[in-house]
Amino acid sequence: MSEFLQQLLNGLSLGAIYALIALGYTMVYGVLRFINFAHSDVFMVGAFIGYYMGKLVPEGTLWGGLAVLGVAMIGCALLGMTIERLAYRRLRSAPTLNVLITAIGVSLLLEYTGQVFFGAAPRNFPAIFPVRNFQIGGVIIGSNQLIVIAVSVVLMIVLQLIVYRTRIGTAMRAVSLNPKAAVLMGVNNDVVISFTFGLGSALAAAGGILYALNYPSIDPLMGVMPGLKAFVAAILGGIGNIPGAALGGLILGTVETFVSGSQWSTYKDAIAFAILIIILLFRPAGLLGRFTVEKV
Amino acid sequence: MPKPHLALLAALLAAFGVQYFSDRIDPYYLDVLTGIGINVILAVSLNLVNGYTGQFSLGHAGFMSVGAYLSAAVTMLLGPKLFGDDGGTALQQGGLFLAALLAGGLSAALAGLLVGVPSLRLKGDYLALVTLGFGEIIRVIFQNVDALGGALGLNGIPPYTNIFWVLAFVAITVFVVTCLVNSTYGRGFLATHDDEIASEAVGLNTTRYKIVAFVVGAFFAGIAGGLYGHFKQTITPTGFDFTKSIEIVVMVILGGMGNTLGVILAAILLTLLPEVLRPIAEYRMVLYSFLLIVLMLARPQGLFNFKFGKAKA
Repeated sequence: MSEFLQQLLNGLSLGAIYALIALGYTMVYGVLRFINFAHSDVFMVGAFIGYYMGKLVPEGTLWGGLAVLGVAMIGCALLGMTIERLAYRRLRSAPTLNVLITAIGVSLLLEYTGQVFFGAAPRNFPAIFPVRNFQIGGVIIGSNQLIVIAVSVVLMIVLQLIVYRTRIGTAMRAVSLNPKAAVLMGVNNDVVISFTFGLGSALAAAGGILYALNYPSIDPLMGVMPGLKAFVAAILGGIGNIPGAALGGLILGTVETFVSGSQWSTYKDAIAFAILIIILLFRPAGLLGRFTVEKV
Repeated sequence: MPKPHLALLAALLAAFGVQYFSDRIDPYYLDVLTGIGINVILAVSLNLVNGYTGQFSLGHAGFMSVGAYLSAAVTMLLGPKLFGDDGGTALQQGGLFLAALLAGGLSAALAGLLVGVPSLRLKGDYLALVTLGFGEIIRVIFQNVDALGGALGLNGIPPYTNIFWVLAFVAITVFVVTCLVNSTYGRGFLATHDDEIASEAVGLNTTRYKIVAFVVGAFFAGIAGGLYGHFKQTITPTGFDFTKSIEIVVMVILGGMGNTLGVILAAILLTLLPEVLRPIAEYRMVLYSFLLIVLMLARPQGLFNFKFGKAKA
């Protein structure tokens, strides 16, 4: 039983990270209807900003950790907005495929530029937050896991407030529902889309740092797998649906942790894709998504 | 092309010719040429799916790996049994290699059928992701099969690939894809690409076209995999991950989707580029990805595509 609870806890903290990344995918898909492949590399850049910032603050303090987190989120928000401005904006009326390919190009550019600047060899991520382990019953709770869960929950509540309680959030929902009508109602699409990219990228940066805290070896290609899995989580929950992304992330993280704890551990990377295929075949709109009929 | 059969015959004879004089060619150039040939097969076969039929697949490397593993297994298991220790005559080896390649191609085609039937119901981004997912699943499975070397891969594959086989299969791939697309039946691929709903309205079974394109594409990817395995003599599961798939997709896009000649030129260019850029190897991939973005922004119909005024989705 305690082993089960332990795995559940590990799964939820991994799932919370997937959820944070998945939110960025889902929001961008909501307003632009395309898969931002470069999102997983923004996640990587977030972890690297954390790595360099982590050297500037005293190790193992709460305020230092939060400061690093904040700087990385702002840095990645700017990066995300720059990517949108330079690469995607010109393609807004282009066929989906061209945008997809451009996104793959941006992703590769970030990865290989990262390899030139940071080097391809993995680095050790500093322990920027205080580390302590608590034991309740047979379950060991690491302070990093608590930080992951706490930060994710806070960020998701903030996101929910932004999307449902602010003017820009209302505008985001309007663009997501119908971009043309939103323009006619006086919404500035460029600002909204740029904001969405900034918001999503900031969440990815937070995800990157939290991921690096738990798996403290970072390299320029670290974003690929978590990024793909987070995308699967976004589809699982219903793409474009914010609570769905959170739910999908938690489910995926938990399932993956249980699989890696079982005798099938070597198949853990395949599980996410198997889930993706099953969900797309049987419920393509995702768990919380709504079905739409394609019109001619 | 007015007489495709004659062209194929000429190409096969030319392949024989190159093989005959291969002793006098610098081995480095032969290696580069072999690499180019394998990439041309991959790109032309993927072009049938992504270009002509308009179904965006990101799992071509997965099918390549199926062909590579299966054909390597055939030559490594059957070779010693059939020929004993002396390795057999050149003709026997050639026959075995051909059989191995066909086995690899057919198994890849079967994998293509298994993947294609469920996933081709999906469109665009989703199809890209599902094919990517299948490619990764195939890779993870190979990583876990100990009989095929597991994560270490297969070593000691006999070096059967020579310039004749490569050029011959390049010719056959181009011939089959060209004839297929230009046949009466093959117009359906283009129709599926241009407007799926309209094609269905005039009675074309678009799902079947997509699956046929997928299976034929997978078959040649399997052949290319077999050639690759017997050329490098060692294969690992990570060599066929989705970076490889993207590399092939980039060739197709650069050449202009649905334009065989352009795709061939792009495959040649993209195989030569790393060789030429070797002095600045560090920045090679940066340049490569940057070019991809600029290309999509400035010339989305592909570098070598002069036919269409604008690219279609």
